[in-house]
This record gives sequence, structure tokens and C-alpha cells, in this order.
Amino acid sequence: MTPEAIQQYLDFAYIAATVLFILAIKWLSSPASARRGVLAGEIAAALAVGATLCNPELVSYKWVIITLIIGAAVGVPLGMVHMTAVPQRTALSHAFGALSAAMIGIAEYYVGVPHVTRFGMGEIGLEVIIGSLTFTGSLIAAGKLQEILPQRPIVYRGQNFVSLSVLSAALLLAIALVVNPANTALFPIMVVVALVFGVLLVTPIGGADMPTVISLLNSYAGFSAALLGFVLNSKVLVVAGALDGSSGFILSVIMCKAMNRSFTNVMFGAFGQVQAGAAAVTEERTVRSASPEEAADILAAASRVVIVPGYGMAVAQAQHKVRELFDVLTKKGIDVKFGIHPVAGRMPGHMNVLLAEADIPYERLVEMDEINSDMPQTDVALIIGANDVTNPAARTDASSPIYGMPILNVDKAHTVMVIKRSMSPGFAGIDNPLYYMDKTLMLFGDAKNFVGSIVRELVGGHS
Amino acid sequence: MPADFLSNLYVFILAGFVGFELIKRVSPLLHTPLMSLTNALDAIVVVAAIIIAGRQETPLATVLGAIAVAASFSNMVGGFVITDRMLRMFKTGKQQKP
Repeated sequence: MTPEAIQQYLDFAYIAATVLFILAIKWLSSPASARRGVLAGEIAAALAVGATLCNPELVSYKWVIITLIIGAAVGVPLGMVHMTAVPQRTALSHAFGALSAAMIGIAEYYVGVPHVTRFGMGEIGLEVIIGSLTFTGSLIAAGKLQEILPQRPIVYRGQNFVSLSVLSAALLLAIALVVNPANTALFPIMVVVALVFGVLLVTPIGGADMPTVISLLNSYAGFSAALLGFVLNSKVLVVAGALDGSSGFILSVIMCKAMNRSFTNVMFGAFGQVQAGAAAVTEERTVRSASPEEAADILAAASRVVIVPGYGMAVAQAQHKVRELFDVLTKKGIDVKFGIHPVAGRMPGHMNVLLAEADIPYERLVEMDEINSDMPQTDVALIIGANDVTNPAARTDASSPIYGMPILNVDKAHTVMVIKRSMSPGFAGIDNPLYYMDKTLMLFGDAKNFVGSIVRELVGGHS
Repeated sequence: MPADFLSNLYVFILAGFVGFELIKRVSPLLHTPLMSLTNALDAIVVVAAIIIAGRQETPLATVLGAIAVAASFSNMVGGFVITDRMLRMFKTGKQQKP
């Protein structure tokens, strides 16, 4: 067979892979067919990788095989991480994806130079800039999520000016390279400047904004792969990149809407810092607190309970105790649902995965809009490690920094119970009037221990 | 403007629309697996990396290609493994226990 004929067969394999990619995402739309989607994706990947290994252009398999083995050896443990570590794993995988896209773009440049066309240089330049900034940006995000780096937003005066100047510098270098693609001295400088911009882009962003940032980096990683498809004239890369890019983009839009904020506000706003002063002026108000026994009695007397989990539940690793609570209440004939805010946790869908891991049936996990219509008929809303997403000031206080943000209307329930370590304000540094309402009981303590004590009381069965 | 660019642009725009329509329909319940699955699909850049690493045109290109193979293949393997693990956890009340 001539190399051209082989190439044609390979193209058919890529087309089949492309179709399977689209089916994979289509099947992911509901839990019932989702695993079939993963299978379709796996077949697509196997087809594409297998076809590529038959490519007659390959002269040596040594490094290919060695690095495939290394990749698998790194990938499997990264696929086996604990569910609480999924956000940082995801950020790390954005970093890896962007790294490989950037590496390939850089290799294409050095292999092609001095025969790189101006148009090709434009494509490579853009691809390498996006790949590089996504690489370092995702590493910073992963570091913050793993708490190697501080989760607080790190800000300084003139930050936006510095960041935008660095980005402009990278783009100007790319333009200079388009004017003269053979100017090899500029290329590494452009890469370094883009890497620096990635760091500057994510460092000022706080932990609570991570769902948006992860989605946005997802989108960048996808678009850098699609651009790489343009550089290499590979349609399968263009399609995979476009799917990944649009997925990340849609998720970022959903996250931004759920926080009532714009992209620019997330990227350049440095949320947490601004309100530090505002929180300090609130006068001392009284709150009512309750013991596990009292909380258990109230829950036992309820007929409808909504549990609102937040990042604090994940931090305290309380999801399995929450499942025990769910079981014991359900056994008593109490209707228990979970109200999931879109930005609860550190990435889109984070709470659903944690609760699913704890074996809570997914039909009990209810989206914000749907659960809000149930709130007035709810006897007890139990909040575990969530704060800002339950703050009624978002509805009522036009001066609040989160005013207009869609929230879970737990204040409409008959009784509200909040498990919280102390009265310290949430991530955004905003005071929560919910805690001072007459119907609210504060349950102070570690989420895991407190839920465990409630469960013991309920099982102990004096109710 | 190269002809390849235009045909790639067609594909990109159409795939973007398909992606938009499909992803809009994904239940928020599955947003985390969605992200890990699209990550694994995106790791298809491994095919380009394999060619760069296996063509051995210059030592620099081979090294860069080799790094890219390892990075993207780890995403591909890890992405599928974790997505499947997560999806196996999503059960209805009926599946769980009688």
C-alpha cells in the first residue's frame, strides 16, 4: 500500500472517532446513558491513537511507546483520586492538556522555520500563547485548590494594568513574529511572557470563584486544541477542541449567571478583598444556638427536610455522615431532598459527585429553581457548610455585594438550621442576615461530628 | 488565505454549534463528569504529539513531542477512568437497595 492510501484509511478512522466524540457528549446528557458515552469516547480514542500509530510518517516508536507508558502510569493514579480532590485533578488535567498543545505548537514552529508562512505563524502564535497561559493558569488554580497556594485572592495596586500589559506584550511579540516569522529570538520570549500572564491571570482569583475559573480554563484548553487543529490541518483536533471549548464556555456562563457576575468581574474583580471593611461594621446581634439533641428532635418532627450542602461539607468530609442522616430520616418516612446551588463547591457539579459517592440517589439532588418552589412547604432547611448561596441579602439588600445573585431561599422554610464552625463570615466576607432570624438555629461545630451526633440521637430513638 | 484554513473554520463553527446544543442539554447533575469527559476527548491532541515524537525531525521537536505524548495520554487515560468512576456512583433509589 502506498503511503497516500494508508493516509486515507487513517482519515476514515479519524472521521469515525469524530462521530463517536459527538455521540459521547450526546449520551452524557442523562445519568441513564452516560456510561455509554464514556464507552463511545474510549472507542474513539482507541481508534484515533491506533490509526496514528500506523502512520507511515513515524520513523521511530521508541519515544512514542515510552511516553505512552509514562502517560498511562501517570493517568491511572490521577483517575483514581478521591472525589474531594476532583477539582484540583481537573485543573491539573487542563494544565496537562494545554501543556501538550503548547509543546506541539512550539515544535511545529521550530521544525517549520524558516519556511513558516505569515498566516501559519499567526495560527501558531495564538495557539502557543493560549496554550502557555492556560498551562500556568491551571497550575496556579490546581495549587490553590490543593491548598499549596493561599485560596484568598492575592491582589496589589495596579494589578489589572500590569496583567493587561503583560498580555499585550505577548500579543505584540506574536505580531512581530507574524511580520517576520524567521525571527527565532522572539519566539521563546513570547512563550515566557504568555506563561507569566497565566500566573498573573489566576493568582488574584479567590477560592469561591474557582467554579468559573476552572470552566474558563477548560474552555481555553479546548480552544488551544482546536487552534492546534488549524495549525496541523487536523479536523479531528478541530472538532474535539471545539466541543471541549464550547463545553467550558457554557459552564463558565452558567457559573457566572449563578453568581450574578460578569466574566470581567470574575477575572479582574478580586471579590473577597473589597467587602472586608463592610463586614466589620455590623453590630453584635444575638443568634440562637442548639444542641444535637434539639436538632434531632426538630428533624424527627418534620415531614419535609431540605439539606443544603456547600464547600464546608466537602472540607469536613461530612458527606458519608450526611448519607446516614438521609437514611435515618427517610426510614422515619420524612421526605429528604438536597438543594444544590450551581456554584456550591469548587467546580461545576462538585456537590452532586460528592453526594453520589456517598450513595445518595441522584433523583434526591435537586437544582436551585426547582427546590426554591418547594421551600415554603419545607419544615426544616438544614445548611451544611454553605453560606453565601443562602444569604437572603442577595434578594433584599441592594447595597450587598452579592445583591441579585440567585440563592437558595432557605429563609422561606419554617425552620432553618445552620451547621457552622463559628460566626465568621463566608468566603466573600459578607455577613449573613439569615443567622439572626428568629426561625434560625445555629448548630456550632464540625460538620461531620455534628451530623454524626444528630444521627446518634435519631437512632437512639426517643422521638 | 489558505484553503485549509477555510475548511477548518467551517468544521470549527459547525462543531461549536453541535457542542453548544448538546452540552446545553447535559443535566447540571453531571457537570463534573462532563468536564472530565471533554478533557479526555480533548486529549486527542495525543495523535499530533505521537507524530511529532515519532517523526524525529529534530531533537528539540522529538523532546517536545515526547512531553506532549506523556501529558496528553495521561489526560486521556485519567479522564476516562475518573469519568467512569463518577458515573458508576450515580444511582437511583431503586438501583441502590430494595
